Amino acid sequence: MNILAFVEQRDGKLKKTGYEVVRAARAVADELKGEVMALVVGDAVRDIAGELGAFGAQRVLVVEDPRLAQYSTTAYSKIVAEIAAREEAGVVFLSATAMGKDCAPRIAVRLDAGLAADCTALKVEGGEIIATRPVYAGKALTEVKVTSSVKVFSLRPNVFTAGTGNGSSASVETAKVELSHEDFAAKVVEVTQSKGKLDVAEADIIVTGGRGLKGPENFNIIEELAGVLGGAVGASRAVVDAGWRPHDEQVGQTGKTVSPSLYIAVAVSGAIQHLAGMSSSKYIVAINKDKDAPIFQVADYGIVGDAFEIVPALTSEVKKLLGK
Amino acid sequence: MKIIVCVSHVPDSAAKINISRDGKSIDKTSVTFVISPYDEFAIEESLRLKEKNGGEVTAVSVGGENHKETLRKALAMGVDKAVLLKDDSQRDSIAVARAIADYTKEASPDLIFFGKQSIDTDNAAVGSMVAEMLGLPSVSVVVKLEIKDGRVMAEREIEGGHEKVEARLPCVIAAQKGLNEPRYPSLKGIMGAKNKPIEERVPTSSPLRVQLLVMRKPPAKNAGKIVGTDVSAVPNLVKLLHEEAKVI
Ligand SMILES: Cc1cc2nc3c(=O)[nH]c(=O)nc-3n(C[C@H](O)[C@H](O)[C@H](O)COP(=O)(O)OP(=O)(O)OC[C@H]3O[C@@H](n4cnc5c(N)ncnc54)[C@H](O)[C@@H]3O)c2cc1C
Ligand SMILES: Nc1ncnc2c1ncn2[C@@H]1O[C@H](COP(=O)(O)O)[C@@H](O)[C@H]1O
Repeated sequence: MNILAFVEQRDGKLKKTGYEVVRAARAVADELKGEVMALVVGDAVRDIAGELGAFGAQRVLVVEDPRLAQYSTTAYSKIVAEIAAREEAGVVFLSATAMGKDCAPRIAVRLDAGLAADCTALKVEGGEIIATRPVYAGKALTEVKVTSSVKVFSLRPNVFTAGTGNGSSASVETAKVELSHEDFAAKVVEVTQSKGKLDVAEADIIVTGGRGLKGPENFNIIEELAGVLGGAVGASRAVVDAGWRPHDEQVGQTGKTVSPSLYIAVAVSGAIQHLAGMSSSKYIVAINKDKDAPIFQVADYGIVGDAFEIVPALTSEVKKLLGK
Repeated sequence: MKIIVCVSHVPDSAAKINISRDGKSIDKTSVTFVISPYDEFAIEESLRLKEKNGGEVTAVSVGGENHKETLRKALAMGVDKAVLLKDDSQRDSIAVARAIADYTKEASPDLIFFGKQSIDTDNAAVGSMVAEMLGLPSVSVVVKLEIKDGRVMAEREIEGGHEKVEARLPCVIAAQKGLNEPRYPSLKGIMGAKNKPIEERVPTSSPLRVQLLVMRKPPAKNAGKIVGTDVSAVPNLVKLLHEEAKVI
């Protein structure tokens, strides 16, 4: 069974999650004795696509059109579905990013395929792909099998490892898909990126501040610690609802589900909705002055104490260690 | 302006989740069910648009008799009509979308609202699926919305930023937190909702394409160690993170 791996690019750069998807596809295709085709869609993306060969793609396809410089839900879904059908891919992989989550359901409908969304593990048993997907914000895990003849899987970012390329490259083929005006009935007209800001969903280290920080002005200690660690700033809902931090930093059941290597929760009590979004992090550190705060029940390491003393000390200790 | 808003009926976000004996579903005893939180943003936005432009808002839910509780909540918030697409069977996201798309085709609304995701299955899929089935444009994870002269201007969240999207009506919108502040139902609304009829229809059946094999609790985390109770513990913490956990 052949796998089509859709690789996301933005501004002419392949996203890290794209490599993760190709690698994961390679691992599954090896067991299914299939081929991996990587697909990159955009404007003038040919030059960046070749290196996907080094991550396990036998073939790399590109669909290029100036109108595809920005994401369009209908056009992108049509392209992925048509290429999958034309190349007889039985399986389509995407990453469960903002883009992948938006177009995977459309691709599934077009291919009359079942969709296993936001998978965190994949295995092959008796020739079938079995996907693990968290439900109830991670309070439970399910294993699912897609039973339709074509199957679509979106993979949670940051969970599958991309590793480094093996140096080999694949030849890049140009593919054409006919697009009409109607395919751009919804189109992105502007992208605003917060400059240099790392998103919690993509970060490998997250430092989250909670209501115990008493006010937005005190988040500078969180930003400094995140800064020296090269991580992102996260926020509890209490802090977002109070208007101290933007919503896109919220971690939890109604925010983002994250699984970084290191999650540092500062002055966060650890309400069930917060834990749901972060308890699958590899290592959790809690700093809270209340020794009975529920966050300590999921923390690997904790310090019971005042955040205003501990966090700056932690920042300078990390600086020392990293020689910064 | 004719608006449909789709609502799902889910365990309260504060609920403890336990797995039932069959190993494939949750134990529903002592779990409170509520309207999925993102769907409240969808309802609020529908109501605001109606208040501004006139028209009618219909709430739709696919599921068993118990979904009426959630539809009543929508009525109490102020939607005009509620429709239960009654089906007690297990449906995957395509099957839910199919039921909604079939109903919607007939109603031909200007806008169809969804929540970003239903906080039970966390698929974040039904909205885009319905849009594809109906051949409509869609914008998901919407935090800002403006409708003017038959055009949709929406802002959606992406990693580390926002995308501004332009689309035409009719359109599908999936609401994200931040879009608005949902209202609480008024007492009058709650009383009124008790007597409003909920229309029932039986959607056509749809094959399952995703089969659930097992459901289990994630491995329990062992409570870790308290490294210390004041600032003197910091060097030790950094040492543990560096040497034991190897994360910095
Ligand atoms: C439908 C719904 C969805 C929700 N979704 C989310 C979600 O996605 N994410 C989320 O986070 N929450 C969510 N919540 C809210 C959640 O229930 C909690 O209210 C929220 O997480 C609390 O935030 P907090 O831990 O910052 O604040 P608090 O609970 O007020 O905790 C503050 C903590 O700071 C500690 N503290 C105070 N001063 C200091 C100091 N000087 N040094 C160290 N520690 C100190 C206190 O001991 C306390 O533990 C949701 C709630 C509902 C109803
Ligand atoms: N059973 C249902 N009935 C009506 N609407 C639903 C149902 N399930 C999901 N939805 C809608 O689709 C959105 C996304 O759900 P999901 O794709 O399941 O995460 C929800 O926020 C609802 O608006």
